[in-house]
Amino acid sequence: MTVPVYKKKDFVSDQVVRWCPGCGDYSILSQVQSTFAGLGVLRENFAVISGIGCSSRFPYYMETYGFHTIHGRAPAFASGLKATRPELSVWVISGDGDMLSIGGNHIIHALRRNFDINVLLFNNRIYGLTKGQYSPTSEVGKKTKSTPFGSIDQPFNPIQLALGAGGTLIARAIDVDAKHLQSMLETSHAHKGTGFIEIYQNCNIFNDGAFDEYRGKGEREENALYLEHGKPMVWGKTVRKGLILEGTTFKVVELGEAYSEDDCCIHDEGNYIQAQLLSQINGNGFPVPLGVMYREQRPTYETAFQDQVTAARGKLGNGDLEALVKGGDTWRVS
Amino acid sequence: MSTTARIEPGPNASLDSVVIRFAGDSGDGMQLIGNQFTRTSALAGNDLATLPDFPAEIRAPAGTRAGVSGFQLQFANHDIFTPGDIADVLVAMNPAALVANLGRLKDGGLIIVNNDKFASRDLKLANLEQSPLEDGTVENYRVVEVGITKLTKDTVEPLGLTTKEADRCKNFFALGMMYWLYSRNMGPTEDWVRSKFKGKYADANLAALRAGWSYAETVEIFAGQPYMVPRADDFDAGEYRNIMGNAALAVGLAAAATKADRPLFYGTYPITPASDILHALAPFKNYGVVTYQAEDEIAAVCAAIGASWGGSIGVTGTSGPGIALKAEAMGLANIVELPLIVVNVQRGGPSTGLPTKTEQSDLLQVMYGRNGDSPMPILAPKTPADCFEVAIEAVKIAFKYMTPVVIMSDGYIANGAEPWKLPDLDTIPEMKPTFAKAVEGEEFQAYSRNPETLARPWAIPGTPGLEHRVGGLEKQHLTGHVSYDPPNHQFMQELRRDKVNKIRQDIPATEIHGDDSGLCVLTWGSTYGAARTAVNGARKQGKKVGHVHLRWLNPLPADLGDVLAKYDRVLVPELNLGQLVKLIRAEYLIDAQSLSKVQGQPFTTNEILSRILEEV
Ligand code: SF4
Repeated sequence: MTVPVYKKKDFVSDQVVRWCPGCGDYSILSQVQSTFAGLGVLRENFAVISGIGCSSRFPYYMETYGFHTIHGRAPAFASGLKATRPELSVWVISGDGDMLSIGGNHIIHALRRNFDINVLLFNNRIYGLTKGQYSPTSEVGKKTKSTPFGSIDQPFNPIQLALGAGGTLIARAIDVDAKHLQSMLETSHAHKGTGFIEIYQNCNIFNDGAFDEYRGKGEREENALYLEHGKPMVWGKTVRKGLILEGTTFKVVELGEAYSEDDCCIHDEGNYIQAQLLSQINGNGFPVPLGVMYREQRPTYETAFQDQVTAARGKLGNGDLEALVKGGDTWRVS
Repeated sequence: MSTTARIEPGPNASLDSVVIRFAGDSGDGMQLIGNQFTRTSALAGNDLATLPDFPAEIRAPAGTRAGVSGFQLQFANHDIFTPGDIADVLVAMNPAALVANLGRLKDGGLIIVNNDKFASRDLKLANLEQSPLEDGTVENYRVVEVGITKLTKDTVEPLGLTTKEADRCKNFFALGMMYWLYSRNMGPTEDWVRSKFKGKYADANLAALRAGWSYAETVEIFAGQPYMVPRADDFDAGEYRNIMGNAALAVGLAAAATKADRPLFYGTYPITPASDILHALAPFKNYGVVTYQAEDEIAAVCAAIGASWGGSIGVTGTSGPGIALKAEAMGLANIVELPLIVVNVQRGGPSTGLPTKTEQSDLLQVMYGRNGDSPMPILAPKTPADCFEVAIEAVKIAFKYMTPVVIMSDGYIANGAEPWKLPDLDTIPEMKPTFAKAVEGEEFQAYSRNPETLARPWAIPGTPGLEHRVGGLEKQHLTGHVSYDPPNHQFMQELRRDKVNKIRQDIPATEIHGDDSGLCVLTWGSTYGAARTAVNGARKQGKKVGHVHLRWLNPLPADLGDVLAKYDRVLVPELNLGQLVKLIRAEYLIDAQSLSKVQGQPFTTNEILSRILEEV
């Protein structure tokens, strides 16, 4: 079936979007709608599945099949759907509370199984829908309604978590960088396996400015390291900087007399150790890495799952009901 | 009730029914020989019912009472409904097994005991000061002492097995003796041993089996001829197999998938006593059955709902603790109105409770245990074989009404076995679901209704033109859009309730067994067999008693109120502290009485019979 030429508006549902004005979710929604229009997938073959939280209202605004499920469990619904309907393009939308707190168990297992699904983690480091409690990605010391003296919880690092769980495509993007976010969405779609994208998303009501260091146009260029496979790790407009490896740690150097681009680390998406190092840097003089941190090819769960069915049918033929009910031994009474 | 005459020796004395209890360490293979005896008796045409009774630990300390594993079976030349209240014969492999099971052996009953296991060390493990074989404990029984350990060892030694390996064959020696005693054909077990074991292990088990038989025959330990339990001749004509509850449920689900021509997705997390459903379904891939062992109970049900959304038959199976975890997702299935089958193989609760023991104490949990009013269709199999039909019915109803359906099995049904007359496959209804399709010029409404069933359309992803959103937020009638409108919420709540009540039109008229006046014994689930036997017993004594058994717990059959009104009194025996009885009292405002048992064991016939006799 030929895929019609879609426009972004073909993916806009008739529901009024109800996020707070200025919320980072608007930009993400817009990028997803634009990207879907260009993926060459029939609109009816998209399934967008979310949990609970501000971000999880997302499916209602998408003119696709959508399922707003229960808190933290979106990856589990997506797993059951993808296992049985491998041809669908499945997108999981979740936030830091939904996915890393109540749903922590499901995301790690989805990642290790490597379903060919796309996971968008809207990380705003706060609980928005319940009005401002600290989240599993809030920094230590964060003062919120539930932590008036500062949070004492060590936060999760979502990229490290995804690496540890065996994710096969792990990336980071930021809500306001439309072009880059779109390219990450496309990359995830093209990847055969779970695409995990952490998206820094500003909650301007309860955690405004959490990502200011690399969100504004000027700051971003100074502080964000856009990773590209095979390219040196360099950034900065006023001062060009780069990452070099000293022993087993990164070091920031200024490019110029002492160092050139040639001295800097070359990004290799397939290098797991390098990805771990990249996952650990963020602020304190280091840039925030954006882009694909890690990528590997591994068979997808649903392929293996369906292959077993095909193999069984090949070997045993289509199930015969009579043989099924007979089982092993039978006897006759006449 | 004196049946001691049964075990008096005589030349091939013919018996109507026998109850055997095998008991030993959990590592002694008692379940295995119990199952073999069951299978052999089934193939010999007996009616039968079994009750495996195992400890929660896989291998509790050997020789202790905590580690005793038992298997009881009744086989008969007539229609029976229970594994028997009390055993005629006890096979005890050690002192712990002997003392732990004496209470379940009738006075004067036969004990076959492995007396190689009565050294002071063995007695100590069983918490005994003296040997029960010597201190008068067993003086009211006929005791046959056999050195099973040593005899087995001597038999298999030439095959080059280690002492430990040789010891593992002793259950087959015991089985061989029992086969002789009841004149059983050893062929089926011999074939089974050859298919399950290899090389010298197969040879050793076969040698032990035959040695047990020969020993019983030549040493004349039973002082007489073997017995016979002739084939049951009240079986309907047809082809039969022996089947356990969990297996029957799995076969039923696979049959439903075939008849529906839809893939069946079984999402589950291992839990006793439901795991065997997973084991049974896992090889059925060529029937379009896929099994998914999820990371937890919640993921298991959520994945099943995800599969249902995509057009498969989503099924999840668990026991009570898992139901507690799935509650929120079951509520979601209720509001998104997707077909989903939830199997609850109940066990003793609360909390971890008695994982390997049976109970019926989750009825109110599945009925009410969710946030908000969330009506849930519930049906229960009454015997192991009945699980087959219940599974098919559940799928049929889930499709027809677009609703989750709960199947309430229990440990007793799950692990119990009985002969099953193979169904006429043509009588199983075709259940192909109809998926919604876009209609030119018409706007799709995800929450429009079929007037007869109140079902909403099943519009699966991938269908052009029907893109829509579902979710846990309240829905606007017809459009399915999110709605906070107060009257709409009341309307939708009532609609979901009415939809479940509509299932009444698919429930056949309530059957009355026995009298339609006097006392009504009202049961559900696995209590069926003991209640039916007790009611028959009371009626033989001239009492006015009827038996009404419910397959559907929600909704209750439309005619149930009228049926119950025919009786002076209603008695509800249940393996809980009185759950169905509460529903009945609330629904019909009648003074129904509870007969409650929560000991992890099914009712004995006598427990129900004596209560009936008190009531009438
Ligand atoms: S609370 Fe924060 S995350 Fe939620 S919609 Fe408002 S701005 Fe966005």
